[in-house]
Amino acid sequence: MNATLLITIGVTLISSAVALSLRNLIHSVLLLVITWIGICAFYLIFNAEFIAFTQLLVYVGAISMVALFAVLLTRVAPSTNQRNKQSVTRFIYALITGLSLFSLMAFAVLHTDSPKEKVEALPATVYSIGKALTEEYAPALMITGSLLTLAILGSVLLAAHSPQSKENS
Amino acid sequence: MNDQTLNLCLLFSSALFCIGLITTLSRSSTILILLGIELMLNSANINFIVFERTQPDVSTSHGTLFVLFTIAIAASEAAVGLALLIALFKHQRSVVIDDASQLKG
Amino acid sequence: MSMLPILQTQDPYLERLPLLLREAFTHYLPEPWHTLSNQLISIVVILSVFGLLFAILTLAERKILGHVQNRPGPNRTGFFGMLQPFADGIKMLTKEDIVPVAADHVLHLLAPVSLLAASILTFAVIPYGKNLVALDIDTAALYFFAVGSATELSVFMAGWSSNNKYSLLAAMRALAQLISYELPLIISWIPVVMVASTLSLTRIVSLQSGYSFGILPHWYVFTPWGFVAFALFMVSALAESNRSPFDLPEAESELIAGHLTEYSGFKYALFFMAEYFGMTALSGMAVSLFLGGWNAPSPYLTFIPSYLWFAVKLLSLLAGFMWIRATFPRLRIDQLTRFAWKFLVPLSLINLVTTAFWILSQNWGHLYFIPRLIITLILIVVPYILLSKKLGRGYAVRTYTYAPQ
Repeated sequence: MNATLLITIGVTLISSAVALSLRNLIHSVLLLVITWIGICAFYLIFNAEFIAFTQLLVYVGAISMVALFAVLLTRVAPSTNQRNKQSVTRFIYALITGLSLFSLMAFAVLHTDSPKEKVEALPATVYSIGKALTEEYAPALMITGSLLTLAILGSVLLAAHSPQSKENS
Repeated sequence: MNDQTLNLCLLFSSALFCIGLITTLSRSSTILILLGIELMLNSANINFIVFERTQPDVSTSHGTLFVLFTIAIAASEAAVGLALLIALFKHQRSVVIDDASQLKG
Repeated sequence: MSMLPILQTQDPYLERLPLLLREAFTHYLPEPWHTLSNQLISIVVILSVFGLLFAILTLAERKILGHVQNRPGPNRTGFFGMLQPFADGIKMLTKEDIVPVAADHVLHLLAPVSLLAASILTFAVIPYGKNLVALDIDTAALYFFAVGSATELSVFMAGWSSNNKYSLLAAMRALAQLISYELPLIISWIPVVMVASTLSLTRIVSLQSGYSFGILPHWYVFTPWGFVAFALFMVSALAESNRSPFDLPEAESELIAGHLTEYSGFKYALFFMAEYFGMTALSGMAVSLFLGGWNAPSPYLTFIPSYLWFAVKLLSLLAGFMWIRATFPRLRIDQLTRFAWKFLVPLSLINLVTTAFWILSQNWGHLYFIPRLIITLILIVVPYILLSKKLGRGYAVRTYTYAPQ
């Protein structure tokens, strides 16, 4: 349990917890970006390099952009973003749900026996990932590719469809 | 990789999952709800990687591949969700989720 | 400057000189500190060399642009204007740092800092010489582009934190340019990975080290698919680093200074430093992926050390960037996004198919080299001509007012 792991876990948890409680949406998204960078550092500590840099490329490089553009395109006057009694009640119920789920999962984690033999992890080289993707997981890769294409086409159609033509049709 | 570190990492992913859950359940802005769902998917990915690097399958890296596909699916889901959000915003001029309570329109 | 603790004793002396110098410094420290001090010395050397290169590049750019435009460029500060970068640096440091009152001060400071941090991080994986790479990892190419894509976030932060509608509009336009050109940038080097079967840059460079018939190097740029990929990569690199003719985000006549309107003094200098670093890092990647990295062009010239060959190739690519800046007019935002999505992306995808054909037909035998070449060239040239004819339709024929016919 070294210091790097503890610092990474601390930074990630604190930034995600602060991100959920801010009123300003742009600051929330930027703190969530710090959370994703923290998760990338966590993957690097575990020597999963390919996944770490994929996470950086996809989440920090792409999904953060999509979220920020969505925040910018849907901006309203700040007066509607106030705390009121209903949102406090909702937050308390959500907190109770989250804490009870966390205690359940923590109980399950801490009271499970670990396996007896300690196996050293094989280095997950890019070659082995590529080999598995093209031999064993090739159908999954092609389905994911077509799914991503369909998702892009669908989201472009959804976001670009103007309400003017919708009323006329 | 001893027992304590494994437990710490699993608790970390559970905590991240619960933070994502609390965000999804309590915030009224649709964007933050979608980002909470992204955080939950991320915490599941962390779980996969932790287990793969401590107790690996000798033949292929199933955990890594599952995480790759999860990241791809999460990205496409974020794109579609935010496109839906923009379409909804054009209709009702507000991103508060409570305003999307009418079946008509 | 890899993690290897031993030096190759059979390489010539000049080749081993940087590593020997580093050994001389870390020799005096106790044993547990050797790795840390090796890494720190690598980092300091990379930062100082590329910082000095940035200073020289600003001067070189102004001199080259000046001579192309038939004027001398800066020649008053020092001999041939050599002290001009330092004069510029002093000016930038002593200018007043104006931040609008309603701006988001934290993000306003964080934007140039994170941009520079991401740009400097990309220097870590480029192999500068035979044993000179700061970070020799298995996924080096993926690391480079993953960290490089974090620069887009800084552009958004700069535009949004200025609390200025025009900055925000310009930042969104700059972001549209950056994400449009990221796609052809990444797809254009995937053929290299297909042929080399590895993402590690040191391995890609060492795979380009043979010579056919004694004179032709095995660099990937001398293959048909490699040439197309190199051209696509250079065009996308021009756009990714906001250089002419894609420099709409930083042009003076476009929304004042785009997303940099509210920046002055040292922060403005940091943005330009990040742009030059990005340009240099992308050129370094192009050299490693396509131009053979630190390999010499001929087997008779290997007495010149590998880092000097890398420097020659890098400087020639950078001079090419400046030449292009002096020559072409600026593209509009709709022209450049149309260029990216309708021209570069289909061409790069077709290049993937071409490379796949090249790899799968490798074991046809030496007799079939000419048919392979012809089929590959057809696969490259025909879509290019068809696409350019189709996209160029509907525009008037260009007439020159001042140039003689």
